[in-house]
Amino acid sequence: MKLHEYQAKGVFADAGIPVPDSTLASTVDDAVTAADDIGYPVAIKAQVQVGGRGKAGGIELVDDAEEAREAADDILGMDLKGLHVDRVLVEAAVDFTDELYVGVTMDRAEGRPVAMVSTRGGVNIEEVAEEEPDAIVREHIDPAFGMHPYQARKAAFEAGIDREVAIDAASILTQLYELWDDKDATEIEVNPLMVTADDEVIAADAVMNIDEDALFRHPDLAEMEEEAAGDDLEAKANEYGFDYVRLSGNTGIIGNGAGLVMTTLDLVDYYGGEPANFLDIGGGAKAERVTNALDMVFSDENVDSVVFNIFGGITRGDEVAMGINEALEQFDEIPKKVVVRLAGTNAEEGMEILNTDLVTVEETLEDAVQRAVEYADAEEEQ
Amino acid sequence: MSILVDNDTRVVVQGITGGEGKFHTGQMIEYGTNVVAGAVPGRGGQDVDGIPVYDTVHEAAREEDANASVVFVPPAFAADALFEALDSPVDLVVAITEGVPQQDMGKVYRKLGETDTHLIGPNCPGLITPGEAKLGILPGNIFAEGNVGLVSRSGTLTYQVVDNLTQRGIGQTSAVGIGGDPIIGTDFVDALELFENDPDTEAVAMCGEIGGEDEEEAAAFIGEYMDTPVAAFIAGRTAPPGKRMGHAGAIVSGSGTGTAESKISALNDAGVPVGDTPNEVADHIEDLL
Repeated sequence: MKLHEYQAKGVFADAGIPVPDSTLASTVDDAVTAADDIGYPVAIKAQVQVGGRGKAGGIELVDDAEEAREAADDILGMDLKGLHVDRVLVEAAVDFTDELYVGVTMDRAEGRPVAMVSTRGGVNIEEVAEEEPDAIVREHIDPAFGMHPYQARKAAFEAGIDREVAIDAASILTQLYELWDDKDATEIEVNPLMVTADDEVIAADAVMNIDEDALFRHPDLAEMEEEAAGDDLEAKANEYGFDYVRLSGNTGIIGNGAGLVMTTLDLVDYYGGEPANFLDIGGGAKAERVTNALDMVFSDENVDSVVFNIFGGITRGDEVAMGINEALEQFDEIPKKVVVRLAGTNAEEGMEILNTDLVTVEETLEDAVQRAVEYADAEEEQ
Repeated sequence: MSILVDNDTRVVVQGITGGEGKFHTGQMIEYGTNVVAGAVPGRGGQDVDGIPVYDTVHEAAREEDANASVVFVPPAFAADALFEALDSPVDLVVAITEGVPQQDMGKVYRKLGETDTHLIGPNCPGLITPGEAKLGILPGNIFAEGNVGLVSRSGTLTYQVVDNLTQRGIGQTSAVGIGGDPIIGTDFVDALELFENDPDTEAVAMCGEIGGEDEEEAAAFIGEYMDTPVAAFIAGRTAPPGKRMGHAGAIVSGSGTGTAESKISALNDAGVPVGDTPNEVADHIEDLL
């Protein structure tokens, strides 16, 4: 779960990491009042989860109330890479002399956290990593001990940060690791960490990703989850407890198990169709979950047909079949054509139960996907 | 022959009194697995369908000579259960639990490095040696005895590929679901090495997916060290960057690492054919045998 900038900065401030003064606003008037209170110049920043906000026109630097009103009016309500902007962060602009990068993430290959420091802040750090890998200093952390302060200092000095600033930057890095550890983050990044004329450091941006599997021990962060959700359908999926990702195609996909659902998406593409979504109903799914899954996919207006692919291990084919029948019998007219393929536990029983007036049944995964793509194409042509 | 489990495997089930633990213990026994004990704190002295329950894994291992553990403990307590298993005499631990926090697994992984224990998972379906034993939740009836090894990050995709193999009369030495999390115990390279050293395994089917670089490392290992031929499938060609595709580990990073293309090309470079569909993997395996 990725926090909004204002949420992450709130968490930083609570942990004692210096951030610029800021106020969240959802109306133009509130934004101007906030800007007046903070004092100019201020930055007005769209609070949506997309990369490259600045380039897309989602961040403006303003010098007085009139400019603040114009900027807030421009940004509030704008559509930024497909997401509606309904809040802005009004933030004191920092007068900086230098921009650094600091971050902590999990190194999957090593199975250990790694802290990263660079003097190339303020630019796309992934590009730096690719073009000048030596410009980023990496320090692995033993999770049994946590980050030793010397490790942060070593990384800061080896990155080439000026001596006057390095100790403070290192102490921020140590605080970031502690935050990473306390909040079950999977990634924390400050880019840029700004250096002021009097050698103070301040976190001008904040990226924080939280491990969704650890939210059970962070009720405060779990509350932020709802606000962090992007799409309406994705919010609905959270409610139903599905793993769901919305895509842009017109063949809807429902299945069990992440790998098999991904494979079904790939096959839709392979046979010339376009997947509309990823929806994993999980193991042991019973009738109600099947109904909810169909409801989700039917409510995506892009969807022209649906392929329902189940390979039962814990999940039983007969229960899925009953769920499909129940869900579809509620309609006078089925909104989209549904192709079903059942295999594994109780698949034969399931196939017998399925009402073939309501669905098309196919025996193999390949056949089911091809049929669903045909239906989607036919629907599209009409 | 087989890898990791066989008729001599003696299993203790951690979390045997829970719904899933109880159900799958029954299924494992029905398949012929030698389940000798359960371990649940505070439930020592009870039994589950005749299987004695102990308070600790250590006691279960001592009293019943258990040499493997299967873990069905809920996510919040899973790391503790894994530490307990790693500290006990068992030399194989299979963690079925889905949703173990990543940082908990970081600590478990650190401990694992100090032991000789094999950890499979977490977030995995377990492993099976057809005709001998299964540890986990795999549906036993789709497997058949034979000479192909299988290793996969996904559960149901494993079933799909196994079904494609079994349907055409190709059986398996062992099949291992290594799990879909970012940090897992046994990875592709570990499993491939075990299959390479198993004289009965004549080919290996490997099912990878987007995220991380395990498949690339596996490709390098196959190219350099393996004589046993491998065919592969990679799921997630159509996955958009930055989205978690169900599995916590199945995510293409914003910077474009962990893509299906990168994995497929690394495997192809190592001489590994990669199927466009699960059934094509079975075709490749048939050709390799």
